[in-house]
Amino acid sequence: MTVTAPRPATPPEIGGLGHSVRRKEDDRFIQGAGRYLDDIVLPGMLHMAIVRSPVAHARIRSIDTSAAEAIDGVVAVITGDALAAHGLAWMPTLSGDTQAVLATDKVRYQGQEVAAVIATDPYVARDAATLVFVDYEELPAITNPQQSLAEGAVLIRDEKEGQTDNVAYEWETGDREGTDRAFASADLVVSLETHYPRSHPAPLETCGALADIDPATGQATIYLTSQAPHAHRTLFALVAGLPEEKIRIIAPDIGGGFGNKVPIYPGYVVATAASLLLGKPVKWVESRSENLISTGFARDYHMRGELALSSDGKILAMRASILSDQGAFYADAQPSKFRAGLFHICTGSYDIPYAHVTAKGAYTNKAPGGVAYRCSFRVTEASYLIERLVDNAAWKLGMDPAEFRRQNFIRKDQFPYRSATGFVYDSGDYHAAMDEALRLSDYYGWRSRQAEGPTEDGKLIGIGLASFTEVVGAGHSKEYDIAGLKMFDSAELRIHPTGKAILKLGVKSQGQGHETTFAQIVAEELGIPFDQIKVVEGDTDNTPYGLGTYASRSTPVGGAATAMASRKIRDKARKIAAHLLEAAEEDLEWEPGRFTVRGTDQSVTIQDIAFAAYTNPPDGEEAGLEAVHYYDPPNMTYPFGTYVVVVEVDPADGTWKVLNMTAVDDCGVRINPMIVAGQITGGLTEGFAKANMQWITFDEQGNCIGSNFLDYLVPTAYETPKFTLGATVTPSPHHPLGAKGVGESATVGSPAAYVNAVLDALRRGGHEVDNIDMPVLPHRVWGAANGVEAKP
Amino acid sequence: MRVDVTINGEPRSAEVEPRTLLVDFIRTHLGLTGTHVGCDTTSCGACTVILDGKPVKSCTVLAVQAHGSELRTVEGLRQNGRLHPIQAAFKEHHGLQCGFCTPGMMLVGAALLEKNPAPSEEEIRWELSGNLCRCTGYMNIVEAIKAAGAGSAGDAVGEDLGAAESVAAAEEMEAHA
Repeated sequence: MTVTAPRPATPPEIGGLGHSVRRKEDDRFIQGAGRYLDDIVLPGMLHMAIVRSPVAHARIRSIDTSAAEAIDGVVAVITGDALAAHGLAWMPTLSGDTQAVLATDKVRYQGQEVAAVIATDPYVARDAATLVFVDYEELPAITNPQQSLAEGAVLIRDEKEGQTDNVAYEWETGDREGTDRAFASADLVVSLETHYPRSHPAPLETCGALADIDPATGQATIYLTSQAPHAHRTLFALVAGLPEEKIRIIAPDIGGGFGNKVPIYPGYVVATAASLLLGKPVKWVESRSENLISTGFARDYHMRGELALSSDGKILAMRASILSDQGAFYADAQPSKFRAGLFHICTGSYDIPYAHVTAKGAYTNKAPGGVAYRCSFRVTEASYLIERLVDNAAWKLGMDPAEFRRQNFIRKDQFPYRSATGFVYDSGDYHAAMDEALRLSDYYGWRSRQAEGPTEDGKLIGIGLASFTEVVGAGHSKEYDIAGLKMFDSAELRIHPTGKAILKLGVKSQGQGHETTFAQIVAEELGIPFDQIKVVEGDTDNTPYGLGTYASRSTPVGGAATAMASRKIRDKARKIAAHLLEAAEEDLEWEPGRFTVRGTDQSVTIQDIAFAAYTNPPDGEEAGLEAVHYYDPPNMTYPFGTYVVVVEVDPADGTWKVLNMTAVDDCGVRINPMIVAGQITGGLTEGFAKANMQWITFDEQGNCIGSNFLDYLVPTAYETPKFTLGATVTPSPHHPLGAKGVGESATVGSPAAYVNAVLDALRRGGHEVDNIDMPVLPHRVWGAANGVEAKP
Repeated sequence: MRVDVTINGEPRSAEVEPRTLLVDFIRTHLGLTGTHVGCDTTSCGACTVILDGKPVKSCTVLAVQAHGSELRTVEGLRQNGRLHPIQAAFKEHHGLQCGFCTPGMMLVGAALLEKNPAPSEEEIRWELSGNLCRCTGYMNIVEAIKAAGAGSAGDAVGEDLGAAESVAAAEEMEAHA
């Protein structure tokens, strides 16, 4: 990319847009002064431990709590029956299903919550939890959707009225007839069946709650590891019947979220019920094993995709069908209108005239979830399917995968582009991003190297591409909601008399650097130095209502709200400036931080104006300088990019190594390029993890394999490759700053590039292979290279 | 049982049950919550502290085993009102996001640099392999440790990708608005 304007509009000490200012929040984190949930201690606080089912599917005959209750220090043992008396044994999920808080009738997955022990000490609570005896009558466990939908399968959700099978939902979209016609006229059809395996976001801090309900006033202060504190407050009000004005949710510092901290978990509800019952604060912090076996999983999509192609390499239509493994409760955190999230963005970066998508969800005896793990509502699965299909199509047509993409990309002049399934892509220049990625990665150099044959020690070189398009920044409120709450977001900005500011937001950082980035937006708009702007999030009593941080929506929605609130303040500041300068408003010129009377050297700073707002406001003008803005975006934003992975595959043992990973991202305007790059390297690592090692499986009895960090492998610094980053900038035309959101692009886009690279190595090494499911484990690669079907 | 330690240069003691883990002793009994718990299998390293000069995972040491020892936690990195070079370098190089793994990462880095002030990339990555980070992708953590070893926080975050284009694009949008 040519550099067209090397100078940001604000100087570094103001730190507006384009400055990689260092993060304000770091000062506390590097000194051990972060305040995470488990760091909070309240006087008289009790501790809760949860009794979980050791089996995947069983009827509960009886629960004996007497031995636990006899332990010194145990205050109470709560069972589902006790909750049922208050109407709290079941709760709604974010997809309109119901979920057991504490099981009363059956357990439906290993790790399900059955009872809770409250004690004066956390060690005692855990001791006592082992002494709660539950008599289970075991039932057959269903561990995949194929079993679940088979004739005669045991009914998992037998408590649900009218539920006669294990189908959680069915959904379809697109043009079935048009797609069928296009397939009928195709020269070639390429198909792919693949499983995007179950994964878990596994933020380093697990989930927890500290509920403090004052028995005298009824005031409920609930500290939660929550990515969406306002939405959680409303759901608590609706579910528990607590008056909303008396609920205060505080999400303190969050040790990573990645979608795991969007749902409401049974532990939160039980801790709150316990505090209500006992009149004391109750803390619950889950262990890592509890986190991995019971809280929101991600993916677990069995996908079949087909492309209809012309012989000259044009994609004519796409068909996709999904069988999703929902676990025991349908709990995807997603807009209620779309039953398979935004999977129907599966035509990706390509101009495909016809598409048809069907999806069916099945209940299984596995933990519920379906959370968007560093992902915007199933866009990860969609992107993976199309990017794998495109590579397979190029191979079948004998075309270079970059050329095939180039030929089928939506062109720059087609934006705004309406996709076959109804998305309106806001902006893009896919050719430019791919060209930059090919250049940076020396793609054609690697192709030449590859053409020379294997390395001296017999390893095969493979090159994989992925040119993803994401859909983020939900919503606009007509289409997007969570449990009926519309997906706008908010900012409240107040300028103090001395010209410093406080910005309060409805979103909630879990490490994304909001305290810095959002201050930079105000700095850009008002010229107040970014380090003089305090950013407050997470406390529902002290921030405006918003839907929270996930699906890369903070910058697209909360960031836009911040810019708009700043502009409202600038409008009022102009009036005050006119009053101070005794000039007409239209004669004033704005530069960041200052109004000047046109053609003169008479000016006032934003600080002068702020002081006047409280000491010398114009006649007829309200005192003060503050604004609130609720931003309802006109559309989603569509970040994109091309990733190139070069691998070396050893056909003798199936191991593979990354030689080069180059990522070119276009997320529109970058507010803090350093933070953006950090989001990308983090996301790339999670993409690498899923391609390589990170998955959760179950044995035939429904035991979770992957219930701790010894079995659920997440990459360390040692395995993780070094990444080369590049950028193009195509602004979003409808966002006030042109920004698009970036937190998830790399996790969404990169897995396919690794898999494509390994397949490319095998194919060009003479092995015909269409698919290896993730994670691309050595025995699977070896199996593919040697024509042996690998066991999972 | 009574456990006496010197932690961050200060003598402290508390009565604990024999089974009390060192991490709980530090967090609950001594009130130093900068040391975190991220797993239950000694895998993640969020609980790393320096015990008699060596980094250990304090979730897998009993408090009583640390009796009479010298401990250093993240709270003890800053000395005489000045940040430790590793702290300054983590901020300068954007070596942290959510901050949960950061105390452990910095302590492992600091301990490595005491042995070897100029470790290679490979050595740093190997040394860090007992500590998990879910946010950063490790690149900037490695850079921060290198910079701290070189005696400066440095000021390089790599090039500001897309900064100039972003500013140009935003100015253009403003002009059209």
